[in-house]
Amino acid sequence: MADGSMVMQGAPAPMAGSSLRRFARRRSTVAFLMTLPLILVIGGLVAWPAGYAIYLSMLNRRMTQFIGLTNFEILLESDSFRMVIFQSVFFAVTAVILKALIGFWLAHMLHHIPTQGQRKWRGMLLVPWVIPPALSTLGWWWMFDPSYSSINWLLNVFAVPSVPWLGEPWWARISVIIVNVWYGAPFFMIMYLAALKSVPEALYEAAAIDGATSWQRLRYITLPMMRNIISITVLFSLIVTFANYDIVRVLTNGGPRDLTHVFASYAFQVGILAGNIPRGAAVSLFMFPILGVIAFFVLRGINKRNREEA
Amino acid sequence: MSTTTTAQTHPRGIFHKAGSLRAERRWALWSAYISLVIAAIIMLAPPAYMLLTSIKTSAEIADLSGNPWWVRSPTFENYWALINNAMFRGFFWNSVKVTIAVVTLSMVISVLAAFALGRMRFWGSQFLATGVFLTYLVPDTLLFIPLYQIVGGLGLLDNAWGLVLVYPTLTVPFCTWIMIGYFASIPKELDEAALIDGANWLQMLTRIFIPVALPGIIAATIFAFTVSWAAFVYPTAFITSPSEMPMTIGVVSQLIRGDTFAWGQLMAGALLAALPPVVVYAFLMDYYIAGLTAGATKG
Amino acid sequence: MAQVSLRKVVKAYEGGVQAVKGIDLEIADHEFVVLVGPSGCGKSTTLRMIAGLEEITGGDIAIGGTVVNDIPPRDRDIAMVFQNYALYPHMSVYDNMAFGLTLRKFPKAEIDKRVKEAARILDITPLLERKPKALSGGQRQRVAMGRAIVRDPKVFLFDEPLSNLDAKLRVQMRTEIKKVHQTVKTTTIYVTHDQVEAMTLADRVVVMNHGVIEQVGPPQVLYHTPATRFVAGFIGSPAMNFIPARLEEASGALRLHLPGGMSVDIPEARTARYRSYAGKDVVFGIRPEHLTDDKPTDKTNPAPMILTPEVIEPMGMETLAHFKLEGAELTARLDPATPAEVGQPLRLIAHMDQMHLIDPTTDKVI
Repeated sequence: MADGSMVMQGAPAPMAGSSLRRFARRRSTVAFLMTLPLILVIGGLVAWPAGYAIYLSMLNRRMTQFIGLTNFEILLESDSFRMVIFQSVFFAVTAVILKALIGFWLAHMLHHIPTQGQRKWRGMLLVPWVIPPALSTLGWWWMFDPSYSSINWLLNVFAVPSVPWLGEPWWARISVIIVNVWYGAPFFMIMYLAALKSVPEALYEAAAIDGATSWQRLRYITLPMMRNIISITVLFSLIVTFANYDIVRVLTNGGPRDLTHVFASYAFQVGILAGNIPRGAAVSLFMFPILGVIAFFVLRGINKRNREEA
Repeated sequence: MSTTTTAQTHPRGIFHKAGSLRAERRWALWSAYISLVIAAIIMLAPPAYMLLTSIKTSAEIADLSGNPWWVRSPTFENYWALINNAMFRGFFWNSVKVTIAVVTLSMVISVLAAFALGRMRFWGSQFLATGVFLTYLVPDTLLFIPLYQIVGGLGLLDNAWGLVLVYPTLTVPFCTWIMIGYFASIPKELDEAALIDGANWLQMLTRIFIPVALPGIIAATIFAFTVSWAAFVYPTAFITSPSEMPMTIGVVSQLIRGDTFAWGQLMAGALLAALPPVVVYAFLMDYYIAGLTAGATKG
Repeated sequence: MAQVSLRKVVKAYEGGVQAVKGIDLEIADHEFVVLVGPSGCGKSTTLRMIAGLEEITGGDIAIGGTVVNDIPPRDRDIAMVFQNYALYPHMSVYDNMAFGLTLRKFPKAEIDKRVKEAARILDITPLLERKPKALSGGQRQRVAMGRAIVRDPKVFLFDEPLSNLDAKLRVQMRTEIKKVHQTVKTTTIYVTHDQVEAMTLADRVVVMNHGVIEQVGPPQVLYHTPATRFVAGFIGSPAMNFIPARLEEASGALRLHLPGGMSVDIPEARTARYRSYAGKDVVFGIRPEHLTDDKPTDKTNPAPMILTPEVIEPMGMETLAHFKLEGAELTARLDPATPAEVGQPLRLIAHMDQMHLIDPTTDKVI
């Protein structure tokens, strides 16, 4: 009897093991086949081009000769590229800070009005995000037009002198930032509103009973509870803003005197329009380390939140 | 000594606060509405001004004497001119063609992948899910130059189908990412029930997961649609002949000719090109917003 | 319908943690067996292995005589009711119940007949067109059962099906489940952490703890003759009192010395059974219902104890009194008419014919 049960226990075990393994392998195969298109997209259209860009950036203009890091050196030595670095950083940082502040303010205001009205306001305020930016920037371009500017007309009504929006470098930079903030602030607003709504009402009630003022409630409850979404949204927007192309291309096309170029528009100018593909690749690769650092922080933030929620 | 003073001031403090509570609330509400009205005016002014310009005659636009924020003799001639313009209609059909192909392709790829990554753990699935997210963070402006070479190598430059090849880099990572989130929110017992009921993996996906995660699929579809419709970098880089151009680049590059801009027609073109995403947004706002926030609040 | 056999079934997870440590269990045709135990005892894992939702690390599971270790869930001919019901939210009640049959390509008329029959048994005919979202908890529970019934499987598996219901509904659905089993008579394996559910539903109860079976038996047997300290403490509510004690022999009779200088006599009928433990430390187990206020009744072998209650809980039909005896927590069930007061010593009697002695070294009931 004991022997029998031993045999019974002993014999089927390896058989069960192998067929279970076969079952698991079949599931893995099916799963792999289902992810194959995704792997092809990521590998073939993102990873491979990214690697190819590095290779391209080390070729000479005619792509006949390997020249190492010369393209990067030439770029770093040129004044106009240094201006591009400055402008990209200045543009991205200023625009993201403004978007975050305005978005937070609007989300907060929206959260304060009665719930029935929120949908309607939210719907109106998100319109800039919905229009393809290349097209809405056309509208801004027209509003900034030197002779027909409708904004200047409004300013003149209030006895403010006309502004050379796109004609003068600093005003042009400000114009680009204005359009980007106009386009991106609603996105921040929506994200922050979602975050605000996820803070349990009971926390505010408990804080109110503990004697917290509205400022203290914001400082000690709202901000800590939203910290993760705020940082993820800011980092994400930093990437997108940093890599922006549409607005600069339509509004200033890099002008006046190439002073409003950002990495993307300059890469386009050099790589596609001027036909120096390797140099253009090198320009856009300058974005890579900065984006990598930001991506690292985003991932860390998400992992941290997942751990906290687990 | 000190205790008596606090005892005296304290009740008055509470009384004072209680009395001002209503006023404080009313003030907060007013400031909220004022901020929102100002914000709404600023947010809606550019599209409104585009609309005003688009229904003006060229003569009225050129006339500097009047108020530019007012239309004296509204006309639809700019719209008619565009609709009767074969090239403009071509832009529209190119956009439709590319967008439909890209949305279909993206959704098939991302739903299959999200199901496999989220529900059928296999070797490397975790790694791949992180990879998807990282890919989402790679902007198109980093890739367009190597892709220009690659697409050129395939002979698809200046061809709308070349765009169908590259647009998935914009849509697939995010769609997969939010579908993983939506699938993860479906309770595990539901697949087990389906498994016991006799469903295989494909039936589980088509009969249970897709219907249950339909809101997520709609949100992801809207995302894919708006992104492919609004894509600008790739068509600007890859397309040069007007016959292959989609809406965005077509309006920006072809309606601006010479020094005398046909502003009315340009604005009408921009608004017509912006119409499809705006219409989708107007009707499916909640799904649109769910898709927007899903990236950060799920996963 | 079929019998289910578990032979040396083991479930180990990566890292070597064993959730189920080689259990043997034979379940007869038509039988209603309840697996009960605290959370993490391996009962759900066992059920899920029978369902095929968890792979079996070692041993065999047979349903109707066929070893099913490698058979996927859909081919095992089982039906399962989940704790959160797992109704398909996008399908109507009718479609939820029909889904399994549709996948198995049953003819439409047959599906319709079976769904309507199950709906009649469960009294949910008016709900057939509704979506799960529009149902109450109890109705969802019925639909989940209906989905199992229509399949007419060999075995029903229930995984804590009543845990999500409120107390009143739970009692009602418990009766419902029993009624359904009496009607369809399908072999049923039911997992719960609630010993009351286990006692009321089961033909046989399987008490599990730490991945092993502590005892298998009909409810009455588990209640009256628990095999281990765990079973003794797990079955019955409020739980059995355990008092550290010492067994002494004096002139042929056995006496149990309790803390606080008290002692109680072992009834003559048990002396032979306990004699070998004379002079040793033991644990004295007595259920609250066998530790009552002293009233002249016909109960045999009453042993008096005087204790001072710390907390009194009037329940209506009875009153629970809680005591402390040198670290041991005791509970007694009193007649509600007894004027018990906190701090006032109370004379209790232990019904020694219902006592248990436990060997503290093995935790086995002697």
